Amino acid sequence: MGVRAFLDKIEHNFEKGGKHEKWYALYEAVDTFFYRPGSVTKTTAHVRDGLDLKRMMITVWLCTFPVIFYGMYNIGYQANSIYAANADMLAAQDNWRIALISLFAGFNPESLWDNLVHGAAYFLPVYAVTFLVGGFWEVIFASVRKHEVNEGFFVTSILFALIVPPSIPLWQVALGISFGVVIGKEVFGGTGKNFLNPALTGRAFLFFAYPAQMSGDAVWTAVDGFAGATALSMAASGGIDQVVAQGITWWDAFYGNIQGSMGEVSTLAIFIGGAVLLTTKIANWRIVAGVMIGMIATSLLFNSIGSETNPMFSVPWYWHMVVGGFAFGMIFMATDPVSASMTNTGKWLFGALIGLMVILIRVVNPAFPEGMMLAILFANLFAPLIDHFVVQANIKRRLARNVQ
Amino acid sequence: MANASAKQVLFDPIFSNNPIALQILGICSALAVTTSLNVTLVMCIALTSVTALSNFFISVVRNQIPSSIRMIVQMVIIASLVIVVDQVLKAYAYGISKQLSVFVGLIITNCIVMGRAEAFAMQNPPHMSFLDGIGNGLGYSFILICVATVRELLGAGSLFGIEILPVVSAGGWYQPNGLLLLPPSAFFIIGLLIWGLRSWKTDQVEAAEFKMAPQTRAMKEAM
Repeated sequence: MGVRAFLDKIEHNFEKGGKHEKWYALYEAVDTFFYRPGSVTKTTAHVRDGLDLKRMMITVWLCTFPVIFYGMYNIGYQANSIYAANADMLAAQDNWRIALISLFAGFNPESLWDNLVHGAAYFLPVYAVTFLVGGFWEVIFASVRKHEVNEGFFVTSILFALIVPPSIPLWQVALGISFGVVIGKEVFGGTGKNFLNPALTGRAFLFFAYPAQMSGDAVWTAVDGFAGATALSMAASGGIDQVVAQGITWWDAFYGNIQGSMGEVSTLAIFIGGAVLLTTKIANWRIVAGVMIGMIATSLLFNSIGSETNPMFSVPWYWHMVVGGFAFGMIFMATDPVSASMTNTGKWLFGALIGLMVILIRVVNPAFPEGMMLAILFANLFAPLIDHFVVQANIKRRLARNVQ
Repeated sequence: MANASAKQVLFDPIFSNNPIALQILGICSALAVTTSLNVTLVMCIALTSVTALSNFFISVVRNQIPSSIRMIVQMVIIASLVIVVDQVLKAYAYGISKQLSVFVGLIITNCIVMGRAEAFAMQNPPHMSFLDGIGNGLGYSFILICVATVRELLGAGSLFGIEILPVVSAGGWYQPNGLLLLPPSAFFIIGLLIWGLRSWKTDQVEAAEFKMAPQTRAMKEAM
């Protein structure tokens, strides 16, 4: 029996008066996941467009694949390199994942397969937990509030899984995504009505609730008991000179041969996904350009001010671009169409505000080495205000044009 | 409220007309003093006694206060009571008074005290005003104690300073949630409490500010 026939056969159970009427949202989600929605717009004027919310979200999801695979490879590569250098560390790991990995692969940092499997053993459980727990809340709210479960959640869950550190405990993943989905999105009415990016809201919750597992030096590799600073925190303590002294070149940081959150390390992989998003116009180029310009302008400003005591002042913009979560945030987070500004001028300002804030937080805030998450959430809050002023300015300009 | 019964005056503010959850007053101290239950309880007692007594005294002199300077007279009464409370705390609970720091002094500016004086005590006889003060203090205390219980239990693994969930840093299993020790977490908890309260008492739900119009006339007819 085909999927369509099966879905049609069970459909009456979920309609009003059917015995599983409460689960209609879940049925609808599965149905529209396999087939396009059966309903069409019946009213007069409407835009015909091949790109609906569903296809748009799935494209974003597919565009994260280079990042996912590179991220998994890099987790494995970083961990296996450490094991290759200190063999006793591997023996000291007390972790179900190590047993799982040894079923399929070895621990050789030269082997692509070993690295990928190693990374998958860390990434996939996190993603699975994100998807199940987040999906659970999504379906609960959809059933109670009678709206649809939609593919936006695919994007939220994959983005959330990519921005947490590899060694994060799974129960924290569950808590974080619950907070992100419920407080970041559903309490405001679900997809399309959230003013914050749900994935970043969830991460911000974890960042403040469990700083020991979300920041610092010990969390960025998938090895228990190994402390390795990210390029950004090295730069915070000793400037780019110290990063280079550790053997990390700009190209290392660009390709992603560094430690960091699961998906943020490779600027190259992010830009490959980003290129697709920009060509298909799913990510708005004005926001991306705004973020870049804001970031470059602010870092040039700090370069020219200079500082005796704070090495971050002298970090050039091309380093800011490749370290930390900047590239990932710029391509995947800032361009979230719901929480960004809606007007074209507003998008430039919104992007520039993110660029400004991220450098401000990185350079002059002593508490956090990374600022992309907070910068984007901050700009999310200002997006409606920016739009308001853009719209008011338009109204004023048009009024002035019609002076009697 | 002129002919409300004593029972209503006393107990309505706990659920039906809660000063924090419905009137959204006194949020600032609810964020500041709810990291541990000990401190919260003392704050609740202090605020309840100030509200009750200030309501009582303002109500006693309500017919003598010229309306143009009533705020100043109310402030004098409230401020005197707060100073008394502050001195009592310093004398008998010095540790907690240290932790409460400026927030005892800030009871003077607490919107609940001023709000009840202005809204209730100026129109009602002394004994009802006294009960109203107690009632609103109880409503405030109810929310604060809920918030403080969640924050202290999940944020520090203890209640009244006694360990309930053994924390990781002391060799236990519970990983305390650092966010709950930061003031913004009280916003989330109060928000969730209001959500719960309004799902239970649906008459507290505010009317929608706007309703989305159907897209076209054809659709309006179809609906």
